[in-house]
Amino acid sequence: MKFKVKKVDRSEGLREALYIPGIAVGLKHTMRHFFRNIVGKKDVVTIQYPEEERPVSQRWRGRHRLTRRDDGFLKCVACYMCETVCPAKCIHIEAGEHPDFSVEKYPVRFDIDELRCVFCGLCVEACPKEAIRMDTGVIGMAYHSRESFNFTRDLLRDTYTPNEKTKYTDADLPKPLDQQSALPNSRGIPAP
Amino acid sequence: MQLVLEFLALPFVQDVLKILFILLLFAMPLGTFMTLMERKWSAAVQDRIGPNRANIGSYRGRGLLHIAADALKSIFKEDLIPKGADKFLYTIAPFFSFMSAVAVFAIIPIAGPIGDFKFQVTDVQPGLLFIFAITSLGVYGAVLAGASSNSKFALFGGTRASAQMISYEVFLGLSLMGLFMVYGSTQVSAIVEGQGEHWFGLIPKWGVFTQPLGFVVFFTALIAETKRAPFDAPEGESEIVAGYFVEYSGMRWSSFMLAEYIAIVGVAALITTLFFGGYQVPWLYHWESAPQWLVTLLQFGKFASFTFIFCWFQIQIRWTVPKFRFDQTMALGWKKLLPVALLNTVVTAIIIVALA
Repeated sequence: MKFKVKKVDRSEGLREALYIPGIAVGLKHTMRHFFRNIVGKKDVVTIQYPEEERPVSQRWRGRHRLTRRDDGFLKCVACYMCETVCPAKCIHIEAGEHPDFSVEKYPVRFDIDELRCVFCGLCVEACPKEAIRMDTGVIGMAYHSRESFNFTRDLLRDTYTPNEKTKYTDADLPKPLDQQSALPNSRGIPAP
Repeated sequence: MQLVLEFLALPFVQDVLKILFILLLFAMPLGTFMTLMERKWSAAVQDRIGPNRANIGSYRGRGLLHIAADALKSIFKEDLIPKGADKFLYTIAPFFSFMSAVAVFAIIPIAGPIGDFKFQVTDVQPGLLFIFAITSLGVYGAVLAGASSNSKFALFGGTRASAQMISYEVFLGLSLMGLFMVYGSTQVSAIVEGQGEHWFGLIPKWGVFTQPLGFVVFFTALIAETKRAPFDAPEGESEIVAGYFVEYSGMRWSSFMLAEYIAIVGVAALITTLFFGGYQVPWLYHWESAPQWLVTLLQFGKFASFTFIFCWFQIQIRWTVPKFRFDQTMALGWKKLLPVALLNTVVTAIIIVALA
């Protein structure tokens, strides 16, 4: 059996053998980058992360927030849709009776365990009242303790407004939920 | 006061002061600075930012604090000696590397002489032969580290380093033959003195103009001696991790690295001295009424700036050129540099005889 063998010419030309023209071409290239970055226009695309943040899309599924009605109370009616659909089982709701009979229910507790959350956005799609959204634009969450990642209702409700980013520390987290003070008064407006 | 002046006039005291000035105020700081600049400049070449996070409070100093952070880190790291290693050789190997890197500065003049006083630690009679002796001692650092580490990679690295450095010493010596012939001496002061002249009062008689081929060969051989890219097969991080110093840690590892960076400064200083006029400022002879202190300052400034530029140029080359395979390193040396160096010697000799 005969194989067809293609012979490749690997002999060096003079230009290759001298090395210097090749090195000069390379140096031209690297020096252009060097001088552009040292003086004048910078081609650097690095984002200095904790100080600068990458701009995220409007549709980015960031941290959750709970939206409000016009009267300031939560839109959430504690229907358990999100808790049911959640594949990570990270939402824990406890319903309470709303004094406004047209609303019927409101969440006494609405906890999201952000360590378990997979940011799939199914809760947002399942919500019939647009009460839960993921439009805060917050990419990273970093705290020092496990407990800090258990976001309670008031944190989800109060500290976030869309397109307004703030930094959070453990000190910003709310105190343990005082159910009595969280209950709305007779006009359906929660106590301050 | 009289006593202090007499004490300062002692040759021994002057030598110590020169060593302190040249090493502690010039070579070591510049070498340490290069450890950071290598990272910053390579970042600039590759469109990155480079290290800038080490801080004291909110002060970052554009990454300058990384030098201090690196030093502190490597001082407090554990100094491991691997099982089965030859303890004595393993311990002294870094000193050989470091010593040979530092000793180069002994014969480099950093400014012109004032009367009898030379800005040079010692102007030894054999001159550059001293450099060849010292660089060949530097091989011991790599070989001892490789052989004593009880590690195969280290042994590979040590073998490669010894083969490479010993063969490139040949071209290191041969490439300077032409220079010796042109300036008629192996003594550094004589060579630098000779480069102070001008052709037609216009072009300085620098080594790079009288010996362009010698310059290329010498520079290549020196880069190979410092074991940096494109001749970094002994360290070859992609094949043998870090080569001969793969087992080292802590301050011993740092002294290998520091030796490499001081060697960069040494190479730059040598190139400046031998091929770019050393401390000779071109066209300064037109200004005859120049005060002596200003001339000395200008000479030191010229020497320091050229050294700095060549440090930068070496780093630029390291980040431009890919690594040679080990057989390519050898082929380049014996098949190309050796004939070129010999040709350079012969042609220089013929021209000198023809002109004389």
